[in-house]
Amino acid sequence: MRDLLQHIVDGVSLGAIYALIALGYTMVYGVLKLINFAHGDVFMIGSMVGWYASARWTGEARNPSVLGAIAVTLLAMVVCGLLGFVIERLAYRPLRNAPRINSLITAIGVSFFLEYGGQYLFGPNPRSFGILPHRAAMDIGGLSIGYVDVVTIVISVVLMVVLQRIVFHTRIGTAMRAVSWNPSVAALMGVNIDFVVSFTFVLGSVLAAAAGILYASKYPSVHPLMGLMPGLKAFVAAVLGGIGNVPGAMLGGLLLGLAEQLVSGYGSSSWRDAVAFSILILILLVKPAGLLGRTDAEKV
Amino acid sequence: MRGSGNLLVCSLVLAFACKKEQGSGLVGANAKGPIVIGEVGSMTGTEATFGTSSDRGIQLAIKEINASGGINGRQLQAIALDDEGKPEEAATAATRLIASEHVTALIGEVASTRSLFMAPKAQAAKVPMISPSSTNEKVTQIGNYIFRACFIDPFQGYVMAKFASENLKLKKVAILRDVRNDYSVGLARVFTENFTKMGGHIVSNESYSQGDVDFKAQLTNIKSAAPDALYVPGYYTDVGLVARQAREVGLTLPLLGGDGWDSERLYEIGGAALDGSYFSNHYSVDDPSPRIQEYVSKFKKEYGGQVPDSISAQAYDATGMLADAMKHAKDLTGPSIRDALAATKDFHGVTGDISMDANRNPVKPAVVLKIAPGGKYLFSARIMPEGMADKSPAGSQGTPPAGAPAPEGAAAAQAVPAGDQPKK
Repeated sequence: MRDLLQHIVDGVSLGAIYALIALGYTMVYGVLKLINFAHGDVFMIGSMVGWYASARWTGEARNPSVLGAIAVTLLAMVVCGLLGFVIERLAYRPLRNAPRINSLITAIGVSFFLEYGGQYLFGPNPRSFGILPHRAAMDIGGLSIGYVDVVTIVISVVLMVVLQRIVFHTRIGTAMRAVSWNPSVAALMGVNIDFVVSFTFVLGSVLAAAAGILYASKYPSVHPLMGLMPGLKAFVAAVLGGIGNVPGAMLGGLLLGLAEQLVSGYGSSSWRDAVAFSILILILLVKPAGLLGRTDAEKV
Repeated sequence: MRGSGNLLVCSLVLAFACKKEQGSGLVGANAKGPIVIGEVGSMTGTEATFGTSSDRGIQLAIKEINASGGINGRQLQAIALDDEGKPEEAATAATRLIASEHVTALIGEVASTRSLFMAPKAQAAKVPMISPSSTNEKVTQIGNYIFRACFIDPFQGYVMAKFASENLKLKKVAILRDVRNDYSVGLARVFTENFTKMGGHIVSNESYSQGDVDFKAQLTNIKSAAPDALYVPGYYTDVGLVARQAREVGLTLPLLGGDGWDSERLYEIGGAALDGSYFSNHYSVDDPSPRIQEYVSKFKKEYGGQVPDSISAQAYDATGMLADAMKHAKDLTGPSIRDALAATKDFHGVTGDISMDANRNPVKPAVVLKIAPGGKYLFSARIMPEGMADKSPAGSQGTPPAGAPAPEGAAAAQAVPAGDQPKK
């Protein structure tokens, strides 16, 4: 029983990070019908920026502090937001009216560009990452809950609530939903499509940066190919919840994190990735719209 | 300036003369010029420290050999080629050294993957090759001209089993191995065989795949089995993360591992979570053995205070073993040196007394290091191969005294206490 609870706690913590990345996929898909495969690499850039910033600010001693962590996270979010804007402006906007497969291939190209550009700039060796003060795990009735896990879950929930507010209770959110519904009609109604699309990319990339910092705090090994697996997993999570659907991405992320953690706990860790991708195949066969996806659902 | 100019001309002429002599196929017992050996290493690239460290060990050994009269009156000289850490380049470099430099023997490579590319070239040309630090079993299986100066992977499994059972007196150990890595699987298998034979129990057997970052599920299972220690024979990046997460799930036990841990990055990633853990390695600068301390001070003097790592010590020993074989060989042809190298017995190396077994793998001791706060590796014990006694004066600190009760009757014969029995 105690083991089960422990697996669940770890699963939720991992799932929260998947959910943050999945939100970026799902928003871009909702607005543009584009699967942005470079999203996992924006997440990697977020971790890398965090690594450089913390190395610069804390110097040789590398004394982690809460204030420093907040500053580093904000910086990573700003840098990734800009990166998201630039990627959309240079790589996707010229192809907006081209067949969808062209944009998909471009997305893969951007992904490779970031990965191998990263290898060239940062080198292929993993670097250690630590911006949060190291604290021992809390022990609650034999259940050990990591300090980092608590921070991860809290920040993820806060960011998801903020996102939900933006999408459903602001003018720009309304515009996003309108573009998602029907871009041409939205444009006729005076919605600035370019601005909405840019905003969507920036928002998704900002969330990816936060996820990158949280992920690197949890698994302190930062390298240029680190975005590959979490990116694919988050994509699975987005499809599982119903791609284009914001609450669906959160649910999908949590379920995927739990499934992975339980499988490695009670089965074998070698099945971890197999389970994630079996879920993808199953959901596409049984309920292609995803758990929360309905054909008439409000899409973002 | 004139003087140095003349010197340059002289040495050029000399070099030319040597080349010419070798080129005309006069490399034999009668030749008077230096004996040329080839060296292949990764002097640049991501594993540049492997190549430069071994080069320093080799150069130091050659300098000493030449200072004490060379090999039966002839000087030894090494031509070093860089393979940039690429296996194909290692093969090309070996071919070049054999075909155009006509080297008498080859030293290299550090990494097993690159040694595996070089070895077929050496074997085909019947040029003896000795790898200082390639621990993969397959390297010497390429052919009878291929040797090494280090122990092979599975031996470390035995070393840690013996250390856990006899020095740490542990009974219950859990294993977390990397299923995608032959090295890790091999170490775990040999550890399990020997540890159970010595009376211990493997209470949990978990696995991961290289590159995984989340080990919490496995560690939670391991925690439920309540072991005394956790054996993680993986590479440093994974091990660093395992250590951190082990502490996060509340495991306070020591971690045990192999030479895959030997990197300064290990402590960078794992940090204080690694304090109090142990791993087996080839050599330790803190080893009180006078031979090692002498080597460390010689190396520091030669290279401006730099502390020698295990790769340099192994390269130093490999060069020494090769020179020793050349002295004893009946002539300097490949087959004769090969025979002499295969007959190496009790060579007094820095990393221990080395004898070659029938498969051209050395029989030699290993050390166990303890990780102290701040990331310092402290010498903890020297573990001898099965059936071999430690004759070194300061060795085997932690070995129980003769007559200590052995866990099982069958195990008693293997666990030979220090200085108790003559070597078989």
